[in-house]
Amino acid sequence: MRIILTLILLLLTTPTWAHKPSDSYLALTVKDSQVEGQWDIALRDLDYAIGLDTDGNGAITWGEVRSKQDEIAAYALSRLTIMTGETGCPTQASRHLIDNHTDGAYAVLLFTVACPTAIETLQADYRLLFDLDAQHKGLLRLTHGQVTTTAIFSQEMPMQQFTIGEASSWRQVRQYLHEGIWHIWLGYDHVLFLLALLLPAVLRRVADRWEPTPDFLSAFWEVLSIVTAFTLAHSITLSLATLGVIVLPSRLVESAIAASVVFAGISNLYPVLAQRRWLVAFLFGLVHGFGFASVLSDLGLPKGSLALSLVSFNLGVEVGQLAVVAIFLPLAYVLRTSWTYQRLVLVTGSLGIAALAFAWLIERALDLKLLPL
Amino acid sequence: MNGTQTLGWLIATGWLWLSGPSLASGEPFLPQQDGQVLEHLTVKAADPVAREIKTLRASLFRDPQNLGSAVSLATRLIEQARAEGDPRFLGQAQAVLAPWLKQTTPPPSALLLQATIRQNAHEFDLALADLDAVLNIQPTNAQAWLTKASIYQVQGRYEEARRACQPLFRLAGRHIALTCLSDIASLTGQTNKSRELLTASLDRRGISIRERLWILTILAEMAARTGDAQAAEKYFTDARSLGLKDQYLLGAYADFLLDQERAPEVIALLQRETRADGLLLRLALAEQKLHLPASKDHIAELAARFAAGRARGSNVHVREEARFTLELLHDPKKALNLAQANWAVQKEPWDTRLLLESALAAGSRGAARPVIAWLHTNHLENSYLQQLAAQFPEEKS
Repeated sequence: MRIILTLILLLLTTPTWAHKPSDSYLALTVKDSQVEGQWDIALRDLDYAIGLDTDGNGAITWGEVRSKQDEIAAYALSRLTIMTGETGCPTQASRHLIDNHTDGAYAVLLFTVACPTAIETLQADYRLLFDLDAQHKGLLRLTHGQVTTTAIFSQEMPMQQFTIGEASSWRQVRQYLHEGIWHIWLGYDHVLFLLALLLPAVLRRVADRWEPTPDFLSAFWEVLSIVTAFTLAHSITLSLATLGVIVLPSRLVESAIAASVVFAGISNLYPVLAQRRWLVAFLFGLVHGFGFASVLSDLGLPKGSLALSLVSFNLGVEVGQLAVVAIFLPLAYVLRTSWTYQRLVLVTGSLGIAALAFAWLIERALDLKLLPL
Repeated sequence: MNGTQTLGWLIATGWLWLSGPSLASGEPFLPQQDGQVLEHLTVKAADPVAREIKTLRASLFRDPQNLGSAVSLATRLIEQARAEGDPRFLGQAQAVLAPWLKQTTPPPSALLLQATIRQNAHEFDLALADLDAVLNIQPTNAQAWLTKASIYQVQGRYEEARRACQPLFRLAGRHIALTCLSDIASLTGQTNKSRELLTASLDRRGISIRERLWILTILAEMAARTGDAQAAEKYFTDARSLGLKDQYLLGAYADFLLDQERAPEVIALLQRETRADGLLLRLALAEQKLHLPASKDHIAELAARFAAGRARGSNVHVREEARFTLELLHDPKKALNLAQANWAVQKEPWDTRLLLESALAAGSRGAARPVIAWLHTNHLENSYLQQLAAQFPEEKS
């Protein structure tokens, strides 16, 4: 009976855990035949494994950790084997630091791995703490040039192999291309800005009145100049912002983007405002580039593959933009002679775009929510 | 509560200086002084608990083949995990048992503890498989039946839970069996009967403080579920006056206070309990209700902890994360996904409540349909859940 009673107490609903179970964070950066490693291991785990709290007062000090640095490095590195092909690569500890994670302080062990040849496949055999804590996991971040891979080592899966190749770069290029395309289509403000500028491209001003362009080629050149100017401008600022050269507050950028759409819409009703539309596209394109940059940084840019993701994302944006143009231009060209286009589409469309963008401007500038979108 | 009141209240509790800066992971650094304390261990080497564990460990070290020593040590570690709310001890207990668990037919005592560890890690199906293996060898193992009943109960498999309680009349005595059954009964439309049984057990001679705490907690939550706030308050007060620190009780009481719109009391109750994720969540909820600035830091801290849990592929915190996403991040669609994933694993009243609340906030009747059907099939007696269900008008029948 007594045994049973203690059991019941073990069985009460699951307690609210104060921590997650034990994890270590292992970051490996592969460069040719070398690997730079950073390994964050919880001080509480190290204390359990090799004893850090020498004076037994329940508080682990930097002095206690420092005096055990060699032991920590020997303990940890003897439980991690890095191999390329059939050859093992020796590891060498270089520095000891400390970091705080969500569940406490961690020893940060910096080390280098030297393989005899350039690494094409990397096998990692991780055995830290599994003998002492069956729920321990090793969270790996493996970086090679542009590509970052993650993996989890557990008692069930202590050994893993990674191909250090181009295949995964291609996957990343595709991912960022995709994000770029979707951003153009789902971020209505960019599409509307472009459309507002393009609406009059199949027309021309003759004696203060709109007339259809005589031939397809002149409409095409007009569109091309606008799209090129817009592309050039936003590519410049997208790169500058992503590389951290210029950083603007996002509320300012988003409000300016909305303002640019308002302007583009209104200028179709008062054509004097924008006689050279490519110039408008260029100037405001600079603002839109900052908007793209904030999307890109929200996607979480791997440090090593910044350039690759930047280029892929930008290409994606251009592809998405070209798709919009490819649908718009033939349609507008065919309709350009009709009353519907000149009156309804151009005037009502521009007004609508300006009104919608004005609502955005108010929302973004004053941090309000007016529209369901 | 207006601004002045809030401010006055803050000063009154000295809360501003009590809540320290949040611990976010930053860049690795080199501490400047040897004396700098980096980490506090939950137990000191000189504590009785630590010495007890050390003795048990030493005796296993002397005789590594001794299953009895391993089982004692693992049991002690599991208790420690629950007392400290620190799951590291569970992994350590599992490691102690590893040599026996690797055998083709592991001994029942080791399997039973592994089932408890897995139950705590929300690996319910694996835990049930361990228990079936135990009962296969020892059909009269009372603890295996009891553990089985409690897992079925968490999974919302009430009929199977009841059946698992039955052998306890024969194997462990009427008292244990009735407690096992009354907990289930309280969820499935027999609150009065269950309250009678439990209050009767409270008057029993020789009942331990821990048992009393447990029964009072069940009674309090039961009363809260049926909308009897006065009785709930009384049971919670009685449970807290026992003087045992219990995180589950703190969480349940905080939930009750939050539902009663008594957020300032939640802050007084939990302001020092920022270590336990579940309690920090309730603290942040109270801070948000009172529009206190600290809620921002606490929300960021919780987000980091949930992200760290997800990074290791753990699902232990999905219920808390769903509640966090719904009530603090105000993202009902994402909360609904989490609540659905959670409900697939466990079906305690809070799991059901979060799914219905998220479905309501996300305007998704489809997501609520199976839950409401399930509520009806199991005759769940819960005034709040019924109110929630009633807000999906088309699903009533």
